[in-house]
Amino acid sequence: MKQAGVFRHAAVRLLGLIPTLLVLITIAFFLIRIAPGGPFDAEKVLPPEIRANLDANYHLDEPLLQQYFRYLGQIVTGDFGPSFQYKDWTVNELIARGFPVSATIGGLAMALAFVLGTLIGTFAALKQNSVIDYSVMGVAMLGISIPNFVVAPLLILGTAVYAGWLPAGGWDWSWQRMVLPVVTLALPVVAYIARLTRGSMIEVLHSNYIRTARAKGLPERQVIRRHAFKPAILPVISYMGPATAALITGSVVIERIYSIPGLGSYFVQGALNRDYTLVLGVVIFYGIVIVVLNFIVDLLYAWLNPRIRYDEAQ
Amino acid sequence: MFARSCSVLCCVMALSACGDGQNDFGRPQGKRAQPVQLVLLEDGRPAPEVLAEEQVVYRGNGEEPETLDPHLAQGVPATRILRDLFEGLTAESAAGDLVPGAALRWNISRDARTYTFYLRRDLVWSNGDPLRADDFVYGLQRAIDPETNSSAARTLLPILNAREVLAGELPVEELGISLLDEFTMQITLTGPTPYFLGLLASPVAFPVHKGNVEALGDQFSKPGNLISNGAFVLTEWTPRVSIVLEKNPRYRQAETTLIERVVYTPTEDRAAEVKQFRSGALDWTNEVPNNQFKWLQANYPDELVTSPWMGSYFLGFNLTQEPFIDNPSLRMALILSVDRQIITEKVTQFGEKPSFALVPPGIDGYVPFSPEYADWAQEERDHEARRLYEQAGYSEENPLRVEIRYNTSDNNKKIALAVASMWKQALGVNATLVNEEFRVFLQNREQKLVTQVFSAGWISDYNDPYSFLEMFRTGHGRNDYGYSNETFDALLDEVGTERVRARRERLMFEAERVLMSDHVIIPIFTYVTKRLVNPHLKGWQNNVMDHHPTQTMFKLKSSEMSSAEKNP
Amino acid sequence: MKPEAETKGLDLTVEDPFAEVFVEKDVRGRSLWLDAWQRMLKNKAAVVSGVIMLVMVLMVIFGPMLLPWEPDYTDWDNTASPPSMETRHWFGTDAVGRDILVRTLEGGRISLLVGLVATLVSLVIGVSYGAVAGYYGGMTDRVMMRVVDIIYALPFMFFVILLMVVFGRNIVLIFVAIGAVNWLDMARIVRGQTLSLKNTEFVEAARACGVDHRAIILRHIIPNLLGVVMVYVTLTIPQVILVESFLSFLGLGVQEPMSSWGALVNDGAQDMESAPWTLVFPAAFLTVTLYCFNYIGDGMRDALDPKDHL
Repeated sequence: MKQAGVFRHAAVRLLGLIPTLLVLITIAFFLIRIAPGGPFDAEKVLPPEIRANLDANYHLDEPLLQQYFRYLGQIVTGDFGPSFQYKDWTVNELIARGFPVSATIGGLAMALAFVLGTLIGTFAALKQNSVIDYSVMGVAMLGISIPNFVVAPLLILGTAVYAGWLPAGGWDWSWQRMVLPVVTLALPVVAYIARLTRGSMIEVLHSNYIRTARAKGLPERQVIRRHAFKPAILPVISYMGPATAALITGSVVIERIYSIPGLGSYFVQGALNRDYTLVLGVVIFYGIVIVVLNFIVDLLYAWLNPRIRYDEAQ
Repeated sequence: MFARSCSVLCCVMALSACGDGQNDFGRPQGKRAQPVQLVLLEDGRPAPEVLAEEQVVYRGNGEEPETLDPHLAQGVPATRILRDLFEGLTAESAAGDLVPGAALRWNISRDARTYTFYLRRDLVWSNGDPLRADDFVYGLQRAIDPETNSSAARTLLPILNAREVLAGELPVEELGISLLDEFTMQITLTGPTPYFLGLLASPVAFPVHKGNVEALGDQFSKPGNLISNGAFVLTEWTPRVSIVLEKNPRYRQAETTLIERVVYTPTEDRAAEVKQFRSGALDWTNEVPNNQFKWLQANYPDELVTSPWMGSYFLGFNLTQEPFIDNPSLRMALILSVDRQIITEKVTQFGEKPSFALVPPGIDGYVPFSPEYADWAQEERDHEARRLYEQAGYSEENPLRVEIRYNTSDNNKKIALAVASMWKQALGVNATLVNEEFRVFLQNREQKLVTQVFSAGWISDYNDPYSFLEMFRTGHGRNDYGYSNETFDALLDEVGTERVRARRERLMFEAERVLMSDHVIIPIFTYVTKRLVNPHLKGWQNNVMDHHPTQTMFKLKSSEMSSAEKNP
Repeated sequence: MKPEAETKGLDLTVEDPFAEVFVEKDVRGRSLWLDAWQRMLKNKAAVVSGVIMLVMVLMVIFGPMLLPWEPDYTDWDNTASPPSMETRHWFGTDAVGRDILVRTLEGGRISLLVGLVATLVSLVIGVSYGAVAGYYGGMTDRVMMRVVDIIYALPFMFFVILLMVVFGRNIVLIFVAIGAVNWLDMARIVRGQTLSLKNTEFVEAARACGVDHRAIILRHIIPNLLGVVMVYVTLTIPQVILVESFLSFLGLGVQEPMSSWGALVNDGAQDMESAPWTLVFPAAFLTVTLYCFNYIGDGMRDALDPKDHL
């Protein structure tokens, strides 16, 4: 019954992907096109003959609506087209290269943040309002109190420029080059998760069933692990979907400072260069990633919280 | 998702294991090694005993190159790499002087319109195929062919019929390019173009391997596919990570090329680039951050290199809108009251030269125009500025309100701030800053509807003042000033047909004088290039073009062998 | 998936303390908020933070009027000069000779304003949206959450860059852009909590008694969300201030000569070794503010959580 509900829910959600993407593509397509300036505008202007050739080649001379349907027809086949800016690469190639990097950094940072954050949060909740609580949370809070673009150069100065332990940036899939970006990216998330965990853990610890569990004489450790932990991380799970998506795709600052070839910097460059195909490609891809992540979070949430019934009709 | 990142992690390990095992993050701060004294042999080459064992250069390269197709590339990062990969009919020395490249010599006809090139006989492509004149003819035709869709082709417009071919009115065979025999070719131009030989050293005029291009289409410029004829060949290209070139053993000067490998790294963030340099990961930075002159000079005096560049920074007036339409006194007042000394000393700091005209000095022997006020003291200028300001009908009670528009960049911002503050202090002008993203900014400039004063600047493609003057012609695509002066246009027309160098220069000087006395721009300074260079790296020279072929470079070994030599 | 039997053992996740208040409202209506206030006063960290924030707000509002420098005055004799009593630039100057202290205070106005207004926007939209979606469930929930998904799937940067590009840069736009994005998180969290709340006995009881939906949402659901929402708000204000600084990093933040802590910190971070004072002072203000917000939020959360004394 419940299982079936979850599956039905999954099917509905996946089918729902199609209208979601359609809306997404439409908004993105027209938004980027009403932005002033075009992909071939440059400080050194083009002679009209060349300009006309380029426009014709990329179909920019057609009416916008026709271009829109042409684009729709093209992406149905899974082809995002050639990049306007990076002429030697297709958008598919660029995404295929950028996403694994972003996903690795983002995924590792999220994993690190989840483990550290829930541990710190739980620990602080258990010692609520003690010196330990304040100092642990205070340290964790540094993560959200200092912007990334301050933390990152400081870390580079300390570990790379002066000590020479780690490389100052760049990317070659070695763990040494991942350490600093992952840590930098995880820091604020650790703080968020720690706070969310602490907040909901305190709430859970005051609830009746935990009191009951304690009254039954269960050891504190077991109370926390078996009864309090799951409901306490529900808000964290809610938060993790969008946070992971943001980590994977939005770490522009980190990518820039550590010179990492992820998806975020392609997007920003693409938007600034009016690289229509690249921007749209990344947006659509990003859209799919987010929808999938949110779906996973929903499943997790349902699994952790027996109160939600998806098959319920109002 | 976790499963995915795990599998990614596994291939991470695999990849790092099969890499070349380079776990060397360079020389940490503090124990910076000094190079040995450079010893030159009689033929001017460095003595073998002073050379480092590992001849690898790591160069920061600004943005990710847009392409490695020589005919499509326009940006500095791409063309810099292409100059290492290919060689044109002409080439540039380390000092930026024009030298014979693939062409051993050339003749120029008396009307200065026809160039005949005689190629070297022993040239080969990097795959061993012979390189002949028809490869160059094919290259130029491909660059201009409308099918290629090259924006860079605009540089080749001096070639006869290029415009018509681009417009699709004539076939590419009608271009003024002809093959005389296997080793001889001729190029005909529409008019005398003194800088044409220089253009031939730029990527858009490079040859490409016809068989390769036709077989591979748009994939031909990928690593493994690209066949080139220069000092290096392309071996790796990971977008946004690095482009690796290796020495081309078949290059005609392979014997004297010392660098074995060049690694170009994109460096979008200047502060991050400097940190990479300081950690030893780079030998050569693309730029350095703006504010740090004093600090770098104190801490990296041997590494910091600045040198004049052929570019000018100025602010433009929109002459088609209020308040500047038909208001030369007001424009002059604003021009005078900018204290260029303060801007170059306190704001830009890196040795930029205050400027009072358009064309920077040092371009192919041209001596720029210098207005009378260039020799005045700033108080005199301010005094005169106040007089003109009042003459234009403004005063303290009725101050000028004006917008300074600039595209987002740290330097633009600081210069705009400085200028606004100078106008306020000297004249009481109320200037507000408007900061726009680049494409929006360009479009606003072009439309000339909302702009008043806007930041501008020009870094020339080629070593000729005409490049600067041209954009003030009536109707030129980059004439965002709305400037139109018949005398000026006529002078430029004459420049286009003049064959005698001295007369041509005089005409350009006269045009610049006309332009400056119409008060169209506020000259601020002329650019410098600024970067950090590993003192071990030698064989390059400062030049106004800022072209630095890796071919002539080499690395010295360190004087303290024990501690500082990089372990392999 | 775990066997039902094991999870069945869990009882209420959340109780409804307000139910009692609601029933006895006429008798002792004063209790909850006053109690909370009294409990808040006992929380030293929150009180200290509150005092610091009050001082900060006063400084930011009145400070610039008392200082000898105009925020856009460029002191050419003292560019990039370190803090000094003699030059009367107590926090030093930036690269064009502007006083860091006065700019830090001016920047604080913008940062605090952005933080408060944008958070308020996201709070109002997010809570009502999430509560309605979670409460009604079914089709309504699906449609509403689909809308959220779609907006979510448009990357924030894309939105902001385009907004800035299409409409030009101004501060109202920054409020709108940031607020419009942050309510999504709020809506999701609130919806998640509501989903678990609406199946609780007290809500079902209220429904059985014929209380209408509006009243249930307003009286039972939203008050019960306060704990989570409070924590969330305190996380959102600093987050918004940081988002603004992130925009500044990309060159899309507030317009010069206006400034914000984010913009100042970003400028300072570029020169952290050559001119550390341009980083340290604005960063200190920023960090202290973010800390204070968080401690105040914590204090409020603890104070509003009535289970302590039930």
